[in-house]
Amino acid sequence: MEGKARKPSRPRSPNIQIYRPQLTSVLSIAHRITGIFLSLCSMSVVVWLVAAANGPASYIRFQGVIGSWLGQIVLLIAVFGFFLHVCGGIRHLIWDTAHGFELRHIYISGWFVIATSLMLTLVFWIASRMVWG
Amino acid sequence: MKTKSIIISSSEELPRTKFFKRFPVPKNFGISTNSRIKRGQTWPSPAGATHLKTFEIYRFDPDSGNNPQIDTYEVDLDDCGPMVLDALIWIKNKVDSTLTFRRSCREGVCGSCAMNMDGTNWLACTRAIDDMDTTAKIYPLTNMKIIKDLVPDLTHVFAQYEIIEPWLQTKTPAPDRERLQTPEDRAKLDGYYECILCFCCTSGCPSHWWNGDRFLGPAALLHAWRWLNDSRDEAKGERLNQLEDPFRLYRCHTILNCTRTCPKGLNPGKAIAEIKKMIADRKS
Repeated sequence: MEGKARKPSRPRSPNIQIYRPQLTSVLSIAHRITGIFLSLCSMSVVVWLVAAANGPASYIRFQGVIGSWLGQIVLLIAVFGFFLHVCGGIRHLIWDTAHGFELRHIYISGWFVIATSLMLTLVFWIASRMVWG
Repeated sequence: MKTKSIIISSSEELPRTKFFKRFPVPKNFGISTNSRIKRGQTWPSPAGATHLKTFEIYRFDPDSGNNPQIDTYEVDLDDCGPMVLDALIWIKNKVDSTLTFRRSCREGVCGSCAMNMDGTNWLACTRAIDDMDTTAKIYPLTNMKIIKDLVPDLTHVFAQYEIIEPWLQTKTPAPDRERLQTPEDRAKLDGYYECILCFCCTSGCPSHWWNGDRFLGPAALLHAWRWLNDSRDEAKGERLNQLEDPFRLYRCHTILNCTRTCPKGLNPGKAIAEIKKMIADRKS
């Protein structure tokens, strides 16, 4: 308004740029990122089925993409992301019952989620190599 | 000092390692023009001091028209008390009298000196200087409108506190004496009534950063649970109706930065989960 002293525009203090990443926030954002990533991956499952329905030629082409080193890396990330999301999801389900909120339990379950999903990824990867070569 | 473990059992424990060294000056990605932070001045170090500690402190002067800046100070630890608040007072007395911050009780019961130190929110009066990084970094509470230096404008978060109507509400006629409560019912309020409204948790909540205009934040919701959980309160239904909203309550995604940072060791994350559960129970 004219004539009146203008209210000074106050700056906003920095948030994510200075706040220290810690287990709580890192696992939370990892849960979201893996969720988005896995929903994208689920589309490639559809592509895989379409390729199979389309005949041997397109199926072999798809297998070639998956079998390439880049495809394998994406697949490994997807497997790890899947297990991280599943374990994190179970952790969230337990929280929904209002249990496991002691800070100590938050940290134990957090590290447990990371360790378990790493282990499951390794087991799954080795087992799939042994079964399907 | 306690041994540092990867399993944090109490919010006062510091992280074991500091993997993420922060930029000396934040990179200002996606920050509005007037909030961008610049490198400020380095103040002269005290003459003859042998035991120095460097502090980088967020400064903003509303009268200058300049952007916020990071000033560097050297504090003589032999001449200064043990806590970060002591260092701030020392700077104000000895180096730069314009440094502005809130403080009152200097023993962790008033919540005035809540600020961001080395990347997490805590009270300056209960954080030891020895526990700070080699270069101690002091910012105001995160994601707040800044009035001056380390003084945030708390109008909005207090308005959010008001929304949950933090007082006892009754419908039955007033008795001739106090409304009584069994020791067991009183014990249910332990861990919830002690909140000092320093807003370390609300300011450290990523969900509140992105949706702070409509999400009430952990501090207000902890208080909401304190009243929902009070055997004498008779407005439970109305309180739950008020909270049952996609933003007010359910923007909490159980990130739990709140529980990690609370300087009083309270558990806003658990309080919010209890409210969600109470709403779910009411429906079934």
